[in-house]
Amino acid sequence: MEWKLTDDRPIWLQLAEQMTRRIITGVYPPGSRLPPVRELAGEAGVNPNTMQRALAQLEQDGLTKADRTAGRLVTQDTGVLDAVRRTSAREIINQYFDAMAELGYTRSQAGALLEEDME
Amino acid sequence: MNELLIECRGLSKAYGRKIALDGVDLSVGRGRIVGLLGPNGSGKTTLIKLLCGLLQPTYGELAVNGMKIGPDTKAAVSYLPDRMYFSNWMKATDLFDLFRDFYRDFDYDKALAMCKSLGVEPRDKLKSMSKGTKEKVQLVLVMARKAQLYLLDEPIAGVDPAARDFILRTILTNYNEEGTVLISTHLIADIEKVLDEAVFLKNGRIMLHETIDDIREKEGKSVDALFREVFRAQPMEGGEF
Repeated sequence: MEWKLTDDRPIWLQLAEQMTRRIITGVYPPGSRLPPVRELAGEAGVNPNTMQRALAQLEQDGLTKADRTAGRLVTQDTGVLDAVRRTSAREIINQYFDAMAELGYTRSQAGALLEEDME
Repeated sequence: MNELLIECRGLSKAYGRKIALDGVDLSVGRGRIVGLLGPNGSGKTTLIKLLCGLLQPTYGELAVNGMKIGPDTKAAVSYLPDRMYFSNWMKATDLFDLFRDFYRDFDYDKALAMCKSLGVEPRDKLKSMSKGTKEKVQLVLVMARKAQLYLLDEPIAGVDPAARDFILRTILTNYNEEGTVLISTHLIADIEKVLDEAVFLKNGRIMLHETIDDIREKEGKSVDALFREVFRAQPMEGGEF
């Protein structure tokens, strides 16, 4: 999986989002150990302190737990993982509605079109 | 241990009547990667040379590791100059021998390992190496030390963009974690992601000193874009033609 970093927003925020995505899509499965900060930073080509800040956010979101011996472990709490997955899904849905609004469709029209397409 | 690694107060340097640095106040902590950014002639190299003791300040105070510049600070500072200073008949391994004699913190095995990962044959004579390869050797010499402060003056200017990424990764994965890296460059887009903080220098003065993510958060744009904006209005200023 490639790291994609854009110019307009803080780097740590983008790293946190992409690490979150990796966790909820199972790149780092529940209960597994995250690679060390330095390794992740090297892979993404970013400053280790910036990566550290992104990982601190994951911990705050309850996605990871610090382990004294094993570094950082991905949570096994499916409730947390589902909730975060749901938040991501909602963002994607909102992006769809925003893009449709730009084309002149109301929310219900956009929803109807989506249903039409599913048949 | 002193919390600040670099402390400058009212630091000024004049070459005759030309003022290169004009009252610089700068504090830098430990474990940071700091970009020293500015157009040609803004005072980047002068500041670096003052920090490693190659120049003496005209006015003001300067401390590294809480000490005045001298043998003690030089032992803790690893400096990459903006030009070559090696003899052509030497091999990279000759230079490693030299550095091992001069600096207690030079790690010979690490230097060899870095050569390998950068694709440099350490037993080749410098004479037979390309400019880019020589720059890599120079970088290896500097990064194979376990220093408190790494001063890198334009480390990526002479190599192609692919090698640039590789060199930045080499810096990222090899610097001493409690140490600080100060990198001067005008190639900001290439280097922005590896920095903690940016210092903008203009006509010998500090215009801005902030963390990269604070700049992005406040300005909604990259440090590179901000730099272009700040330095665009006066194309002739500070330029050396």
